[in-house]
Formats: sequence, C-alpha cells, structure tokens
Amino acid sequence: MFFVRVNMNDRTYQVTETPPEYRHLAGRGLTSTLVANEVPPLCHPLGPNNKLVFAAGFLSGTSAPTSARISVGAKSPLTGGIKEANAGTSWAADLAAMNIQALIIEGQPKEKGAYWGITITWEGKPKVEFFESTQYTGKVLPDVYPAMYEKYGDKISVCGVGMAAEHGYGNSGVVFNDMHKRPTRYAGRGGMGAVMASKGLKFIVLNRMGAPGMPIVDKALFEEGRKKMIDALRTHAITKPKGALNTYGTAVLINIMNEAGGLPTRNFSSGRFEGAPRIAGEAIFETNKKRKGEEIYNHACSPGCIIQCSNTIFDEKGDEITSCLEYESDWSLGADCGIDNLDDVAQLNALCNAYGLDTIETGTTIAVAMEAGVIPFGDSKGAINLVHEMGKGTPIGRILGAGAATTGRVYGVTRVPVVKGQAMPAYEPRAVKGIGITYATTTMGADHTAGYTIAPEILGVMGKQDPLSPEGKAALSRAFQATTAFIDSSGHCLFIAFAILDIASGYQGMIDEVNGVLGTSWTADDILKQGAEILKAERRFNEAAGIGKEADRMPEFMKTEPLPPHNNVFDVPDAALDSVFAEL
Amino acid sequence: MKITVKLFATLRPYLGEGASGTPVSVEIPPGATIGQLAELLKLPPGEVKICFVNGKICDLNHVLADGDEVGIFPPIGGG
Ligand code: SF4
Repeated sequence: MFFVRVNMNDRTYQVTETPPEYRHLAGRGLTSTLVANEVPPLCHPLGPNNKLVFAAGFLSGTSAPTSARISVGAKSPLTGGIKEANAGTSWAADLAAMNIQALIIEGQPKEKGAYWGITITWEGKPKVEFFESTQYTGKVLPDVYPAMYEKYGDKISVCGVGMAAEHGYGNSGVVFNDMHKRPTRYAGRGGMGAVMASKGLKFIVLNRMGAPGMPIVDKALFEEGRKKMIDALRTHAITKPKGALNTYGTAVLINIMNEAGGLPTRNFSSGRFEGAPRIAGEAIFETNKKRKGEEIYNHACSPGCIIQCSNTIFDEKGDEITSCLEYESDWSLGADCGIDNLDDVAQLNALCNAYGLDTIETGTTIAVAMEAGVIPFGDSKGAINLVHEMGKGTPIGRILGAGAATTGRVYGVTRVPVVKGQAMPAYEPRAVKGIGITYATTTMGADHTAGYTIAPEILGVMGKQDPLSPEGKAALSRAFQATTAFIDSSGHCLFIAFAILDIASGYQGMIDEVNGVLGTSWTADDILKQGAEILKAERRFNEAAGIGKEADRMPEFMKTEPLPPHNNVFDVPDAALDSVFAEL
Repeated sequence: MKITVKLFATLRPYLGEGASGTPVSVEIPPGATIGQLAELLKLPPGEVKICFVNGKICDLNHVLADGDEVGIFPPIGGG
C-alpha cells in the first residue's frame, strides 16, 4: 500500500510505501493519526501548514457489503479542532483499488484565486497529474461536475468542492459522486471543503483502470466474515431489503423523534413540530408514489451497499428535485426552521448540494437567523433566498456561511445550539441525554454519528434505555464513541451498526473481515482499544489546539430553558461529562 | 374508555387509510395494556417495536389511562 503526498506549493507529488507505523490504520483512524502527528495544532486551518488527508476504510474496495466509505481529515476551520468527516462513494473503493492508503494534500499555491485539479491513474503505481481548474470556479457543482466525465471518461470517480469552499466558509463540504455521477455525497461537516479549496484544489479525479485491487491476506477468513455481515444486514428489520431504511430512508426518524419530544424545532425551542408528518420519511414515500405512480424504494449511494437507504424526491411533474434527502437535512432545513413544505425542503437540500454547503450547519444557521428576525420561522422562500446569498458570497451570505455560532454572535442571539463551534444535529439533548453527552464530549464538535446512543435510547437497538434519564449515559456514550471510531475506520457505513449491535455474529463478521484483509487476529477487545486510541489521539490534538475539557459543555440555554413537551433541561453534571474521556 | 392512537411507517394501514401518524380515537376496555391494544388492532407482534404513551417510551404491559396518546412504531433506524 502507498502514501501519496501532493504538494500544492509547486504542484509536485511523491509516492512512498506506507510507513510501518501506519500499516494497520485506515479510515478515521488513519486520517486522525496523520493529522495529529503532522499538522501543527495551532496552525491556521486555511493556511499552508494544515494538511487534508483522505483515507478509505480497511474494507473499502473489497466485496464486503456496504463498505465504500471515505474519511476526510484536517484541522477544522469551523471548530478549530481535529476533524474527520466521511461519505459513501465509489471514490473510496477506487482509491483503495489503487492501493492508496492515504492521500495527503499539503502546502498552498502562491497564486491567489488559481485552482487546479489532479487526476490519479495507475501505471505500476499511482500516478498524479495536474490540470488547470480555475475556469470551473464560481459555478454551481451540477454545472461543472459533468465536465470531468466528459474529459476523463465514464469510468472515473470525482471528488470536488463547491462555491462555499471557494469562499472559505466554515460551512463547506467535500463532495463525492454517487452511483449516477451526481455531486451529492458529502463529507459535509466541519469545513473540509474550505481546507481543500485553500490549497487551490478543486477536483480529484480517480481512474482505477489497471489497478491491482485491494489485497486480502486471508481470503477464507474474509469470506467467512463477509457472509456473517451479509446475513446480519439481510435479516435485521432496519437494514433488510424493503426494511425501514430501504423503504422510508433515514427520514423515517422524523416521526419517532417528534413522538419522543426530541425533534428540535424552531431553533431548538421545542421538541415537537406540528408539521413533522408532512416532511417525514413516510410522506416522502407516499408523495413519490403518488407522483410517479409506483412504489419507489431507495438506492445505494455507493457500490456494494445492500442496505440502500438513499432516496430521491420527485416534483409534481415527476422530475427529480434532489437526491438524497437525509433525515438530518430534512430536519435542519425543515423542522428546525419551522418549514413543513416538503418540496421547498427538497429544493433547499438541492441548493446546499449545488453550492457545496453542509446541510446540517446550513439549516441550523438559518434557524438562528430566523430567531434573530432576519426572516420569520417557516418562511421557506426566504430560506431559499438566504442559501443563494451564501452561494453568491454576499456580505450576509458570508456571515451565514461562517456557521451557526458566528451568525449567533453577529446577531446577538443567545439560543445558539453549538458545541465547539459546530451546530447540533437532529436530536434534542434535553429530551435524549446520552446523545447530548456525545455532542458535548466528542472531539468533533456537536456530532451525532460520533456516539449514536439514539440506538438504545430511542430505537430499541442494543437494549432499551430511558432517553430522559442521565443515569449511566456517560459510560454509554464512551462505549459508543470508541466502537464508532473503529467502525469509521473499517470502511463500513455506520448504518451497519443497527444490525451488528443486535446480531452478535454480524459484529464478529466485521472483525473477521478486517482480520482477513490485514492478516491480523484482532479480538472484539482489541478493536475497542483501537477505537479508544483514535479518540485519544484526536483529544491530544484538540488540547494542544486549546480545546480542552472546558469546551466539552452544552450551551447555557440548554441547562436553563426547559424544553417542551417534557419540560426537561440538560441535567448531566459536568463531572459526568469529564468522565467520558477521563475514564477512556 | 377512549384513547388516541397513532401508527407509523409500515403499521399505518392497520388503522384505515389515514396518513402515517394521523391520530385516531380508539375505544378500549378500562385497564387495558399497550399489548392488549396491539392485539385489538391486530398488529403483527414482531412489528411492534417502540411504543410511546404521551411522548414517553413504555413497554407492552404498560396500563393505559383514559385520554392517553399512544404512538406505535415498527423497528426503524436512520441517522
Ligand atoms: S446504508 Fe445508505 S448511506 Fe450507508 S452506504 Fe448504503 S446507501 Fe449509503
């Protein structure tokens, strides 16, 4: 396997064998370790000393199901701390097939406003070439993405950044192609797009033709693990074909979070949204059925996914508005802004994809602006207009593009739902205490995927725990965070967790798959330890960047404002929050 | 006694043709549990996964009271 280092100072590159100490790292484990080892914690995130690291998971590029995840890591311009964001895309499988364990983008060109793209092809080893890309800037992604396919053919995978990244926003993602060449699969959170753009890099095009594919040391063990994983995914009610995810998509969660009183509404001022049924996954399914005249089940975002949770939203005429509208986006652009018009929510989602914005940060930021009176709650046309302002980079657009925390500060808003500068996702910490502990303590800034305690607290996956109670939740969040750090390294999409946390043979299947690929003999304990090591490396970086345990806290209003309908506050003691990492 | 019931996702058709989550008033015998309500509505047992009473998660032997709002979900997940 190789490390490919691309130097944007002078547009050169270097291919080396993976150094021994990194041989058994992949995905988030690899991006975070590299960033922690090589990026000065106090550097400016958009300066020449930050590095942008891409790493696919251990299993990406193999036949393991649902395993084409790519991790993107750097110091975040949104949080000022370490960041890993990941996405499902053929790009991950192609990078792995070319045996590139890490792609590291370094330096910064002297030419201001100039952009390049790179192509990576296989000529006995990975080969990098540079091409001019300034002409593709200042345009929405759907207008420039097709040019890559015209230039380099159909067999490629494309990574890019949009106008949000070119403007240097803390809210800007790195985008990858889906199975239909759409620029829609985002490593969205924490401003990874701006880091890439700051290096004058617009596109990374992969062509795996002739590449050897991922080496597998113990094929029999890998096959055994793969079968166990497939069995678990095919039988679990959430992940099986025509199961909840395949039928209703992730937005199936809108109704259950609303029922639980934990669907953040109108800038986190209520846990219930009366418009929830109109934007829920069920409404998406029924609306599509009516408009297309048939039941439409969801599709895969990336090759080899057998869960297939990605939806498409069609308009009255049966034309596509957007794909995919995830729960998080549906909520942030919908309920959190008081918007219940599904078509407008879909359009907002399409605009975020077009400009290269993170949907979670965008919706929550607009909700903060609504709280400030910039536009009223529920004003979907006004929200669409604000997203255009962000895309164009007007003064108000730039304020919003800097994220919810900055917008709150500019407008003097006190109810700003962020941790470490990153906006909270779609679960109310006052109604679901465990997820609040994850938001507060994860190295990433408020992030649900970092330790998804919603599984036992709401969904009855891996047992049941009372969401309103803080009891035992620090330990729960810690265990989820460590396990997740490993799953984020495996290459599997996190949604496999629904199946493998309930079906023990599926969990063993994941370990067997990874051992098969690497020729290791890791146990369940070993992978938990590795997860913990990843978290510790991230934590060390953050502390050196000035983000210590004082930053592991909820915004004040969550401790003082009771949230309807349960009228709970966030009552987890600071000592419990501190214990998450202290006892790791 | 009368309670309000909302059924979600794949359970929706068991209360007639309303949209998912539309509240429907249901008459049940006093002292009935959620489990008995599920039987009354002929919900397939394996499909009843998470039950809410007035927004709080309850198990199948929770005894219902007059005027309760019940929400029942099949196994679902997302993120
Ligand atoms: S489960 Fe959904 S998000 Fe995950 S890889 Fe499959 S389609 Fe993509």
